Amino acid sequence: MDSFVEQLKRGTEEEFTEESAWDGSVVNTTSSSLPAIYLPLLPRYLRHPTTRGRKATEFQETKKACLNYIQDALLQHQWQRAAEFMTNYLETLENTSAEKRMAAPEVIWRIGTEILCHHSKSSIEEFNYFAERMKNLGVKRYLKVCLEHVFHLLCNGLIDDAYQNLSLAEGWRYGEQTAAQDKELKLIQAYKGLLDYYNWDKKRKAMLELDGNFADSVEQEMHSFFRQAAVNLKEIIKIPGVWDPFVKCYVDLLEFYEDYDEVRQVLSEYAYNSKFPPNPNAHVYYYQFLKRQGESKKTLMSVLKILHEIVPSHELMLEYNAMLQKSKKRKNHRLGLEIIFTLLDFAGWKEHVKAWSCLAKQIKQILENSSKHLDWVTEEWNSRKDWWPAFHFSHYLAKRNWQENESLACEKALVAGILLGKDCKYFKYVSHQGCKAKKEKFRTMKKFVKKHSSTHLRASGVLDSCTPL
Amino acid sequence: MEEEDTRDYGEPCVQCSVVNWGLTDEGRFYCKSCHNVIERTKEVLTSDVVPNTKIQSISRGFRKRKKIDKGWEWYVCEGFQYILKKQAEALQTLGVCPQMKDEILCNFWRRYLQKSKQAYCTTPASYTSKALSISDISTDMDSEPERISIHGLSSFSESDGDLQTESSFGHVSSIGNASARETTSICSGSVDGGSYLLKRKKGNLRMSMPMTLSFCYIALLWLREPVTLSDLLRFVIDGHIPYLNAFQYFPEEMKLYGVDLKIFRVESWPVYEDVHNKMSELAAFLDLPCFPAITDSCFLHPNILCIKYLMEANLPDELHNWTCRVVKKINVGETDFLTLDPVNKSARKVKYDVLAAAIIIVVLKLLFLLDDQYEWLNANFAGKRNQKNKEGCLWFDFKKWYKIIKKSVDVEQKKLDEERARCLWKCEKPLFYSAKEKSVVLKKRQMVVNLQRQFGALSGSMQVAEKQSPSSFQLNWAEENTDGNCFHGHILEGVLQEKGNSLTTMNTKYWLCTVKLCNEKICGQLTHYKESDFPQSYQFVLNLFSFLLRVPASLIHEEVCLIEHKLFKKKLHRK
Repeated sequence: MDSFVEQLKRGTEEEFTEESAWDGSVVNTTSSSLPAIYLPLLPRYLRHPTTRGRKATEFQETKKACLNYIQDALLQHQWQRAAEFMTNYLETLENTSAEKRMAAPEVIWRIGTEILCHHSKSSIEEFNYFAERMKNLGVKRYLKVCLEHVFHLLCNGLIDDAYQNLSLAEGWRYGEQTAAQDKELKLIQAYKGLLDYYNWDKKRKAMLELDGNFADSVEQEMHSFFRQAAVNLKEIIKIPGVWDPFVKCYVDLLEFYEDYDEVRQVLSEYAYNSKFPPNPNAHVYYYQFLKRQGESKKTLMSVLKILHEIVPSHELMLEYNAMLQKSKKRKNHRLGLEIIFTLLDFAGWKEHVKAWSCLAKQIKQILENSSKHLDWVTEEWNSRKDWWPAFHFSHYLAKRNWQENESLACEKALVAGILLGKDCKYFKYVSHQGCKAKKEKFRTMKKFVKKHSSTHLRASGVLDSCTPL
Repeated sequence: MEEEDTRDYGEPCVQCSVVNWGLTDEGRFYCKSCHNVIERTKEVLTSDVVPNTKIQSISRGFRKRKKIDKGWEWYVCEGFQYILKKQAEALQTLGVCPQMKDEILCNFWRRYLQKSKQAYCTTPASYTSKALSISDISTDMDSEPERISIHGLSSFSESDGDLQTESSFGHVSSIGNASARETTSICSGSVDGGSYLLKRKKGNLRMSMPMTLSFCYIALLWLREPVTLSDLLRFVIDGHIPYLNAFQYFPEEMKLYGVDLKIFRVESWPVYEDVHNKMSELAAFLDLPCFPAITDSCFLHPNILCIKYLMEANLPDELHNWTCRVVKKINVGETDFLTLDPVNKSARKVKYDVLAAAIIIVVLKLLFLLDDQYEWLNANFAGKRNQKNKEGCLWFDFKKWYKIIKKSVDVEQKKLDEERARCLWKCEKPLFYSAKEKSVVLKKRQMVVNLQRQFGALSGSMQVAEKQSPSSFQLNWAEENTDGNCFHGHILEGVLQEKGNSLTTMNTKYWLCTVKLCNEKICGQLTHYKESDFPQSYQFVLNLFSFLLRVPASLIHEEVCLIEHKLFKKKLHRK
């Protein structure tokens, strides 16, 4: 070692003297204002590039190759082959590289789970065995593995086993690790609460079926389940997050015991607390609860208004639209029109008869109402006239709608006729077909459209020409 | 711990007169048989560690157990001796001449121990304590040095299993380590493990796992056994010769931990060049005389190795004529060139297998040019001719040969890659750095074994792929094969022409792999092989031999360049 260092020192010294001599000559020839460049020292052993860098050991490389084979096998659903290579890969748990050794348990856990979930020879016993091993493998992942194990048990309908596992995991203590896995513990408790709720629900049904005889004891059990479930569910809901299943169960529990204030508080918190991630369901649950409670239209509408902002295509929007129509305020009518137009912007609603009939009805109302609010329609239409004809009113769609759903075609044709004029393809095709079938309602429709075809001009062309003014 | 602390107290118990002392939690001595606690405490012993212990522990010899769970006091060189013995035995079962173990390897090893001043000498090297004056120990060592002569020593077999009977080791063991042991033994199972890696004197060769193979190879070379280095390494990787986890053959009492792991644990396969370089270093270090001459009847002679590789590469026998001509032209068949002479430092230590492969490649280049054009044109010609003329000898068709070889090498390569990925590196006897780690490591090992069992059952094929019996041939192209895949009998009609009395190549051109060789001292290597710079056919041939020898293609390429430079020496110099 010493001699090596000495050699190095000597090397660098030589280097240095050479360098300084060279520097001197440079300074002499060039302007002295330029500072001389000081090249970094170049130790002798770095003078020629060597291919022998520090390579990973072959142990590491073969394990890496092995992992690649496993991944290939997994991708091709060759579970047996994957298991085969897994047998050889397991040694990576004993990796000499600390970094790899730390990462290994998780990799083994995930791959092993994947194999055991799909392998034909695998069984729930195999899986349990594996999960127990994995729990022992690293305390850092203990609760995560527990949770996944529970999910697997639940997926296989082993609810009692799952419950038992959750209880065990809940009581797990391991010094600081318990605190570090606080979130996982909360989840464990929450799922335990969920299973408590499940048992509670079973008891409730049982109680309803029993008449009197054993009802008391069953009711006792049911209450104890309720208490366990409520405590755990309440805890998890406090943490910002998306907890739909927990919230639903909790609400169900509380409503059964008629604790409506608590429900109201929980749900409004769940929907409106800005710390929680935006979650449309939170608003839906709140709305449904309020509806069950028979709250005023105003309150309901205010909930739906926010839902509309988050998810304009939500199915509750039809309900919202209906409420707005029934209202006496003009502002609300205007909003209703906007909502129904927006709804039909979404492909999922393209063939929804009710939505189209709503729109048709509303436009008809506006026209019949001396076209006072025609500008509302115009405004909505202007942003859509470029793409709605192709999106909704093509010849192809006319044909298909007519074949599949006559009433849909009828509603759409009316809207098309008004918005695009009586010459539009959709209207022409449908009314032609309708007249051929000699249906009365088509004749009235045609009449209506013809009467208001001038409004079409106003709706598109005339207003357009007005805009420059 | 307890044993260590109490072993020096030999007084019998006053109550039951048995000598079996233990330590209480407070550090007081108690009799283990009658539980009588006496006045003596552990603290009294601390004075024991100062100067006098040195002498004491030397006289104690090394049979004594260090600590109850730590086994014997042993030395790194003993570990290697065990491994060498096992390797030699394995080689013997592979059919190597029985002399190898007890006469050759054993004596090389002894010579190594002597040269590296680890044993059989007046002043054995002590790794740790420079402070230790030679006079302290020389009294014990007097009798040894005379005994050393290559053939005059007891063999490995005689010392089998019980190394400790060899007095020489007894002497080695205790030197200067009494003081060192207190510090180093904490982090190594062997006595000198800690200091072993620290430094080495200039010119001293340190043992390492690849070195064990250099030892084996040098012994094989001495015997002129028909085993090339690439064969040897292949047998090692295929598990026919102990290398990976070789420490598992140590006796139970030789505990391995701490720094010993760095010495004995194998996490990479031996590298051809590394083992080869170490071998020539070793030959020089051992100050060996000139090796037995390698004549043209020896397996390692290029003419014979070329036959082997021509067969394995499924090339026509007729090419042998040409390899011999090349060998003769560049004088690589000379005994002087081929025989290892440690004294002659300037002489290149010949890589017999690589040399033979390179000669074949040069011949292929001479005949077929391998420029991605000539060989295909020629192949088309030969192919057409073969179709027309069904009877008689078939002409060698390079294209057909390429297709067949490519297919089977690809298959074999894939198999080999998978086999490598499946390699299990750990053995049942787990290694750990310290006692603290022990429980964790053992637990992990148990876990791995359990999981292996579980997934092993799922993989269905619980059967351990039975070890293939070792063979010098990896590819087999039996003549009897009726599928016409064997090219051994094909003739070189179409690439050769008669000129005067002898046959010459039809091809009149040649291209050099490199015009100028680099300076090994400056560049670190003679040539730089970049695949994409060379014709595909050349790459293919290179890779084929790289697969057969399991060495990097660049190594063969270098040899090809060297041969070319010898072959075209005159023409190059004329320029």
